[in-house]
Amino acid sequence: MCTYQTELLKVAGSGKGPAGWLRFTDASVYVDHPVHAMAGHTVNVDLRNPADGPSARVALELHPQAARELAEAILRSLAAVPEAVLAGG
Amino acid sequence: MATDAFLSETVMITGHGGDTIEAYAALPQDPAPRGGVVVIHHMPGYDDGTKEITRNFAYHGYNAVCPNLYWREAPGAEPSDAAATSRAQGGVPDDRFLGDAEGAMRYLKGLANSNGKVGIIGYCSGGRHSWLANGSLPFDAAVVCYGAFIIGETPEGLPPRQNLAHLATTMSGPILGLFGNEDVFPTPAQVDELEGLLKDAGKPHEFHRYDNAGHAFFMVDRTSFRPEAAMDGWARIWDFFGRTIGG
Repeated sequence: MCTYQTELLKVAGSGKGPAGWLRFTDASVYVDHPVHAMAGHTVNVDLRNPADGPSARVALELHPQAARELAEAILRSLAAVPEAVLAGG
Repeated sequence: MATDAFLSETVMITGHGGDTIEAYAALPQDPAPRGGVVVIHHMPGYDDGTKEITRNFAYHGYNAVCPNLYWREAPGAEPSDAAATSRAQGGVPDDRFLGDAEGAMRYLKGLANSNGKVGIIGYCSGGRHSWLANGSLPFDAAVVCYGAFIIGETPEGLPPRQNLAHLATTMSGPILGLFGNEDVFPTPAQVDELEGLLKDAGKPHEFHRYDNAGHAFFMVDRTSFRPEAAMDGWARIWDFFGRTIGG
């Protein structure tokens, strides 16, 4: 089914697509049909820079277990680094 | 009356509010009068698969057009980028969709070889759109393929969609419904309820449900594809449109 569900958030960072690097300002996160992944539903993450148009996007379509493992790996990575390092930017 | 001689191309049509929007048209070149079909793309967008479906209608003798419902947010963008942009902006409002569907109907009726009849078909979110359009506009026939959130409460945590049960009483053309028994949106019980609404309203309809098939069983490039259900579904579509809008 199409869930229509979407989490929107502001983000700072960069990503690389076929056309090179782009700076992200926004992200969308939702569970819905993928365009490319072989699954009925995936966790989809769009890292975007809307000011540069719809194509300024890096898209992820993750199987649910992969999304959980990735999220946990991100949190573990953050937890392993002293807060002072992160605060320093 | 299948034909290999059709022209498929991008056209611009007048949609909601007089806006000019992109659409993909596939038009048999034979001057003999024929029906038209408005194809509504699914939520992932105005993509290759939907354009292939549009061409399939032309091959089977119908004038067909698929409006790009995301044109305003993302003109010229790659379909999945356009879908992502539309989603981030809240999606397609129902009233705007209706204006675009009406524009697509007007485009088909204005073709020199139109027989004056136009049907509509939609898949997934487009199935809901097909129900919405047939209950709101003078379509001659509608096909609803596993449309979710036509009726029933939206599950907690998902954005609410307007319940469209009331439109059962205002359906314009006959309705063909195609559903998978393993689908959970809509559930078989919701399909029963939908059919009950049409029966109570005295609206002509036929529903077909397939075992071993869930949501999106027509999509040939997805794991949800179920060839037996899809092949029977296409046969039902040709029979239904043949009787209601003429090929």
